[in-house]
Amino acid sequence: MAILEVKNIEKHFGSTQVLKDVSFSLEEGNALAIIGSSGSGKTTLLRCLNFLETPNQGSISVKDETLFDASMPLKQHEKDLRTKRLHFGMVFQSFNLFPQYTALENVMLSAQLLAKERPDYKQNKKEILAQIEEQGKTLLDQMGLKDRMDHYPHQLSGGQQQRVAIARALALSPDILCFDEPTSALDPELTGEVLKVIRGLAEQKTTMIIVTHEMAFARDVADQIIFMDDGVIVEQGDPRQVIDNPREERTKQFLTRYTEG
Amino acid sequence: MFWSVTQSLLGGLLTTFQIFIFTLLIALPLGLIIAFGAMSKFKPLRYLVDVLVWIIRGTPLMLQLIIIFYGPGLWLGHNIWSGNETGRITATVVAFSINYACYFSVIFRGGIEGVPVGQREAGEVLGMTKSQIFFKVTLLQMVKRVVPPMSNEIITLVKDTSLARIIAAYELTFAGYSFMKSDGLTWPLFYTGVFYLLFVGILTLLFNYIERKLDYFR
Repeated sequence: MAILEVKNIEKHFGSTQVLKDVSFSLEEGNALAIIGSSGSGKTTLLRCLNFLETPNQGSISVKDETLFDASMPLKQHEKDLRTKRLHFGMVFQSFNLFPQYTALENVMLSAQLLAKERPDYKQNKKEILAQIEEQGKTLLDQMGLKDRMDHYPHQLSGGQQQRVAIARALALSPDILCFDEPTSALDPELTGEVLKVIRGLAEQKTTMIIVTHEMAFARDVADQIIFMDDGVIVEQGDPRQVIDNPREERTKQFLTRYTEG
Repeated sequence: MFWSVTQSLLGGLLTTFQIFIFTLLIALPLGLIIAFGAMSKFKPLRYLVDVLVWIIRGTPLMLQLIIIFYGPGLWLGHNIWSGNETGRITATVVAFSINYACYFSVIFRGGIEGVPVGQREAGEVLGMTKSQIFFKVTLLQMVKRVVPPMSNEIITLVKDTSLARIIAAYELTFAGYSFMKSDGLTWPLFYTGVFYLLFVGILTLLFNYIERKLDYFR
């Protein structure tokens, strides 16, 4: 059964149509890579899934629960938006860590805030907070940042910041973790350490959607790939097939441009 | 003589300090509220705030003070401010609070808009509420940005308190000036200046301290 069903998503900004009839599904434990040139709508699609943009048409369901349906009245969309969001985690191109908090505080913040809404928060405050801290430390350790937990973002390299951001997104145990060009803001030598972490997550069967320009990485790590151009899905399927033997002319052109650099 | 001048100036300083501190306590939160109004999605509110800020920034503070102190008495037939020193200080604080809140609002707005959109978005995708995003994410970053322009405004406020003399509030400048009028003495005027310099000097140290305190992040 598919964990994520995206159906007929349309999005326009003013008169510019950015997404046209985008549909796809994703199996639990699979990694989906979305490739395509800048302006093809990849990032907008990811932002729609995270409710940072509201699609004009279409529906999004996770685990058979409809989170968004454009045919429903607007009120319905706003309702429980916060809890709906938690199905998805998001890792941004520019990290967007909170500069005034340490790495560990960045990872713990949202969990701490959500814990306050638990009915047993007052009684078990100490245990809950200790648990959150424990989890935060474990996640940063997993990201290879054990000795950087008390550093502030500006004291970390770009690759380290992005790994903190990944830990922060994982802290709320989202069903689907989204990456928006996670290495595009990094120097080439720092790209590897972030890709390694994402690869590790894929091996642990984390359900992921990765918008990326790293073709080799997408080919190796993804279970499924989508090529987008001009707001439509041109081709999707097995990554090796799509990258090594594209069927569509537009995919071929795009990949040739890429390999020729 | 020196002692009696010092005593009078200390009395004036107390009034100056009261105007200063109460104006800050009201104008800081009020300025933040006006800043939110100016950034509201509701257009009529935005226009209203724009007009208010335009009027307040576009007319002299002394004029506003005169209108607020004398206006109610002339329009309503009775003075809403009690005729004593407290009434004068209260009217001054009201006029100053409105005036400074408008200036502060512009600074706050710049500070909030200067925080990258990505910060708010990161908070949103982490399931934070709007108020959690403001208080836990945006606020401190805004404060860091507004400290330098705010310190300018607040130092100006110290000296603007001398305008209260126009409605006969016995503040620091009034106190120093009275010795020139009654005894023809000019040195109390310079002595008065020293009081202001010390006041502003302490504030400057305080602002430097806050800036250093917020230096731990970028």
